[in-house]
Amino acid sequence: MENPFGKIATLEQAMEHFYDGMTLMFGGFGGVGSPPDLIDGILEKEIKNLVLIGNDTGFPEIGIGKIVSRGKARKVIASHIGSNPVAGELMTRGEMEVEFSPQGTLTERIRAGGMGLGAILTDVGVDHEFVAKGKKRMNLNGKDYLIETALTAEVSIVYAKKADPYGNLVFDKSARNTNPLVAMAGNFTIAEAQEIVPLGSLDPEEIVTPGVFVDMVIPSGGVNWQWAWE
Amino acid sequence: MGMGIDVRNRMARRAAEEIAPGMVVNLGIGIPSLVPNHLPKETRLMFHAENGIVGMGKSPEKGLEDENLCNAGGFPVTVMEGSSYCDSAVAFGMIRRGRVDLTILGSLQVSQKGDLANWIVPGKKVPGMGGAMELAQKAGKVAVLMNHTDKNGVPKIVESCTLPLTAENCVDIIITDLAVFNIHEGSLILSELFAPHTVTEVTAKTACDFSIVEDIRIIEY
Repeated sequence: MENPFGKIATLEQAMEHFYDGMTLMFGGFGGVGSPPDLIDGILEKEIKNLVLIGNDTGFPEIGIGKIVSRGKARKVIASHIGSNPVAGELMTRGEMEVEFSPQGTLTERIRAGGMGLGAILTDVGVDHEFVAKGKKRMNLNGKDYLIETALTAEVSIVYAKKADPYGNLVFDKSARNTNPLVAMAGNFTIAEAQEIVPLGSLDPEEIVTPGVFVDMVIPSGGVNWQWAWE
Repeated sequence: MGMGIDVRNRMARRAAEEIAPGMVVNLGIGIPSLVPNHLPKETRLMFHAENGIVGMGKSPEKGLEDENLCNAGGFPVTVMEGSSYCDSAVAFGMIRRGRVDLTILGSLQVSQKGDLANWIVPGKKVPGMGGAMELAQKAGKVAVLMNHTDKNGVPKIVESCTLPLTAENCVDIIITDLAVFNIHEGSLILSELFAPHTVTEVTAKTACDFSIVEDIRIIEY
């Protein structure tokens, strides 16, 4: 495969971008659409003290859950951790901080980060003790809103069905979920793709994430965990 | 039990009556997931999943699951004609913008003025709210499907919730194993009974006052 933009790389090359204490944003929803090889690479390199940002903490041996359940995160920003009991235990023991954000607010904070905005205004949870706690408020046209800060990360990792050498991405059905948002919010975004196709072979109309947001593309070996329904 | 269908399916069948053709509907996990089985085959509607599907269909047959086609609970689904995929931010935009007509969800408690408490299970760790707040606060209609009492017989319909709230004043209809209540402008109204349950029984198992419609419907199925 020609590599005119220098974005196609190996897992080993991708791993040079991970380090202890970094802020890492990941695509996926219940593990669906999370990049399996990058997650394993992070574990093998024994990266720790991570600040993780994503929809949820997967299951103990599925998706980002593999990293969380091995105690490699010091903080998680997510909408729920209910499917990963180990995450709950770590939180209860005070070994992992968890910042909960309502799911739609979280995705919008990530999108805002990716879009170069500082925050969003939303009325979701505006009267809710837990959600509104410590947040700035704004009254606009007679209506109360919470100011929810935008989120970005030092590195974002996403899982795509197809990528071309420029990093243009197409996703697979519901495995799209948070991936296009996470892809935009990374200072450095790595896409793990099930298939890398030649430049020009993706119809410009079908591209979901323009390659301008993607810095590196690596081939994927595919999902290597067993799903809860299997 | 009525015509022999189990209690869960009776509740699901009643909830299915809330669905009109053309609606966009979001279903929670548990009993709400049984609702599609009770819709007339020809009903055209779109089931919405907050991970990013509009037009979810039934569960796939064993062996035909697609790991990249799952509902928000992580279980494999199929899609119907006219379906579409989107990212999760767009899926929640549909909710906040009022494009989701109905959400059918479970709950731990509901207050007489429609406060919903379904995000923290007592004695368990805080699991996070997921997408429950957006759905409760923004769906066109919020229908709760839950047992009338908990497993210790304690009423789940109460004057004021003792569990942490998901959202205030959001529930429009409560369907339990005994009865159906509507909540209109902050007041609770008993409108239907599942045969053979009675007003006396419902009153004894409900921890707040409510009014009763004049022509109460008895559900025989």
